[in-house]
Amino acid sequence: MSADVHQLAQMLHELDDQMVSCMKCGLCQAVCPVFAETMSEGDVARGKIALLENLAKEMIQDPQGVQKKLNMCLLCGSCAANCPSGVKVLDIFLKARVIVNTYMGLPAAKKAIFQGLLTKPALFNSVLDVASKFQGVFTKTANEVIGSSCSRIQAPVIGERHFMPLAKKPLRKLEAPRNSRPGKSGYRIAFFPGCLIDKVYPQIGQAVLKIMEHHEVGVYMPAGQACCGIPALASGDKNSFDKLVACNVDVFEKENFDYLLTACATCTATMHEIWPLMSGNLPQSMQDRIAALATKVMDVNQFLVDVLKVEAPVAGTGTKVTYHDPCHLKKSMKVSEQPRLLLKTNPRVEFVEMADADRCCGCGGSFNLEHYTLSKEIGTRKRNDIVASEAQVVATGCPACMLQISDMLSQHHDKVAVKHVVELYAETL
Amino acid sequence: MISATLLATFQKLLGKENVMDSEADRHAYSYDAAVLDAVVPELVLRPTNSEQLGRTVALCNENKLPMTVRGAGTNLSGGTIPTKEHGVVILTNGLNKILEINEQDLYAVVEPGVVTAKFAAEVAKRGLFYPPDPGSQAVSTLGGNVAENAGGLRGLKYGVTKDYVMGVNFWNAEGEYVKSGGKTVKCVTGLNIAQLMVGSEGTLGVYDQIILKLVPPPVASKAMLAEFDDINKASETVAAIIANKIVPCTLELLDNATIKYVDDFTKAGLPRDAAAILLIEVDGGHVALVEDDAVKVLDICKKNGARHVQTAKDAAEKNKLWEARRNALPALARARPTTVLEDATVPRSQIPAMIKAINDIGSKYRLQIGTFGHAGDGNLHPTILTDRRDKEEFTRVEHAIDEIFDIALQLGGTLSGEHGIGIAKAKWLEKETSKATIIFSRRLKKAVDPEYLLNPGKIIGG
Repeated sequence: MSADVHQLAQMLHELDDQMVSCMKCGLCQAVCPVFAETMSEGDVARGKIALLENLAKEMIQDPQGVQKKLNMCLLCGSCAANCPSGVKVLDIFLKARVIVNTYMGLPAAKKAIFQGLLTKPALFNSVLDVASKFQGVFTKTANEVIGSSCSRIQAPVIGERHFMPLAKKPLRKLEAPRNSRPGKSGYRIAFFPGCLIDKVYPQIGQAVLKIMEHHEVGVYMPAGQACCGIPALASGDKNSFDKLVACNVDVFEKENFDYLLTACATCTATMHEIWPLMSGNLPQSMQDRIAALATKVMDVNQFLVDVLKVEAPVAGTGTKVTYHDPCHLKKSMKVSEQPRLLLKTNPRVEFVEMADADRCCGCGGSFNLEHYTLSKEIGTRKRNDIVASEAQVVATGCPACMLQISDMLSQHHDKVAVKHVVELYAETL
Repeated sequence: MISATLLATFQKLLGKENVMDSEADRHAYSYDAAVLDAVVPELVLRPTNSEQLGRTVALCNENKLPMTVRGAGTNLSGGTIPTKEHGVVILTNGLNKILEINEQDLYAVVEPGVVTAKFAAEVAKRGLFYPPDPGSQAVSTLGGNVAENAGGLRGLKYGVTKDYVMGVNFWNAEGEYVKSGGKTVKCVTGLNIAQLMVGSEGTLGVYDQIILKLVPPPVASKAMLAEFDDINKASETVAAIIANKIVPCTLELLDNATIKYVDDFTKAGLPRDAAAILLIEVDGGHVALVEDDAVKVLDICKKNGARHVQTAKDAAEKNKLWEARRNALPALARARPTTVLEDATVPRSQIPAMIKAINDIGSKYRLQIGTFGHAGDGNLHPTILTDRRDKEEFTRVEHAIDEIFDIALQLGGTLSGEHGIGIAKAKWLEKETSKATIIFSRRLKKAVDPEYLLNPGKIIGG
């Protein structure tokens, strides 16, 4: 064993106390979407924890093999939600990715994207603004109902994907930054649209603003927001993650508000859970600032139902709508009833449950980029459940899930629209 | 070392993706759910059809490679931990087809890698019932259940896995095909090899097909939760229910320590001062009959000193009553880093003596122990909460386990009700049986597996 791997092992000891609580019962095999496809023990939480333990004990010589297994994970949290011992699997995996991926070094492409682009929000925004103007040259419409596109040419990365095009104008060009006082509701929120709503789904952001106006909720939506940081962290780039968190803390600290709302399940879970979790190595003052902001973070569905007390009148009839539970809403934030209730507020909507509504869609952010075949196998199960429900619309609470579900439905030529819950709720106002 | 030629032969036979020899893959199959040291295999193989399985066994035999067959790896006695020298793990999760469910003749034929709960659900869809329900059923495989003779909560009334095995076809150590049992209720053709294969923990053959008995499901059930301020009263209640010719499908007990751990975890407002609670469920083929039984059980509980009994009126209430039992293991498992789950079993009349002894042992060795389990069949799960990294404390745990087994044997019980012997309990086997038993078993093993290649070291050592 080289001195270097010894150092890596030492760093992993930080995770000992959390890893030891895994009693290796193996029940995570029942719920892991990756294991369901590969049936390989190294892909399930128990196996990954065993590998990390053996790496920490210096019983394993080749950290690259462990890194490969570690990255073969959607970070969906299904294992943690189902774990009899309450092992904090996501905490372990995120910290381990930082340790192992820092030790092994970040691939050049990720380095360029995270460190050269994502951490510089103004540059990142303008690059994508330019890209949105030229995308039509290389892509064509694939499915009118879904609004997806596919590549006109053999393109790397895109491959066979049916993807959602960048919006002609991002949310930040459609809706000016604002800072309004609370009306009758007495509440004031800050709104964090996140990358996908800003750049791909601005209509979701507009729906949120319309809803807040209707309920007379004051809105603080500042310019200069950055990505929530999860893409960088999931790749183990803690430095870029810290920069993005700090950028957002600076922007949102400037004003007072009751809740910091997002309409993206992944952003919500990241800001609420993972920001404080990963702040341990920062100065105490920064930890306090992050904690103060993180406690205010709330999913928009939860805000409408639990805080504003929106109620569903009677069962509607008309368009059949089903709901997909984003992992980061149901398993991380325990929000699952609220979005269903909001769907039922629409009198023109007949709500139908699909089978396994809380099964992961298989997107997993960069997992989709790195393991597309597997991501598609998992996504196809979701697509089959959606189609079997006979719904005309599938609603969900996360734009990342929407991208994946749109790709799956579009490739099968299904005429099922993909919407965010707030879009359907906003229609009723 | 396994030669490059042999590796290539396996790859040609099984496909490259089903021959795993990378360090990470091998480490991922070095353990199971038992609190034991891991042993890293040299090779992991995944056959995906019967012929491949047979050829795999034959090739391992020709090359003198010890084989450990693994389903979901949920074993609690180390039965799926591979052998130290040149160990090969054979995975069954590529052999996961239900080959037949016969509704006329009430049997099913399955491959060994079928997941227990998925099988039970398929059977239920056809209006039939496969009762064995081990705690790991959501992931455990039927092959593993047969190899361990797995039990579960329904043991008292419905029996355990062995009561449902009608036939086992398997590959012997040389990779030749052996058939045993059949699809008929009556079958006395030849030695009863099928039942010999049940609970053999992979030491006698490699299962290829298993024929399982199915039964009609109960149509009604009724659940009750009874609190006692004296564990003897709980035990007398159990005895009285059975003396009254009522056989509940579930008769679960939680001791005072477990009740407190569950209440700490769920904040459900459980009776923290109760010495024990019993979860009792009766079921049957007729609603009126089940109602009658429930009334009788309620009466028996009260007569035998239950201080409070709740009866579930509907499915939602039944679900609520089950919550304490469902959370027993999760609550205990969260209390400390390491959970040692034992399954010493005693005649049901000895439960109070056994629980008292367990608690005395806990005090003697300064250990936290919660006990819950299947009171109807005397199968208790004394669960020791510890931290295996603390060597001094773990030595005390090992002494405590020795004493728990001693006392179980003194009370006329057994080392293991349902977790198997594996490597964890092999050293106590002679104490419960006799020297001659071990010798007899070893002769049997040597006769069918002269090279000791089928999961060597398990049950009878050697």
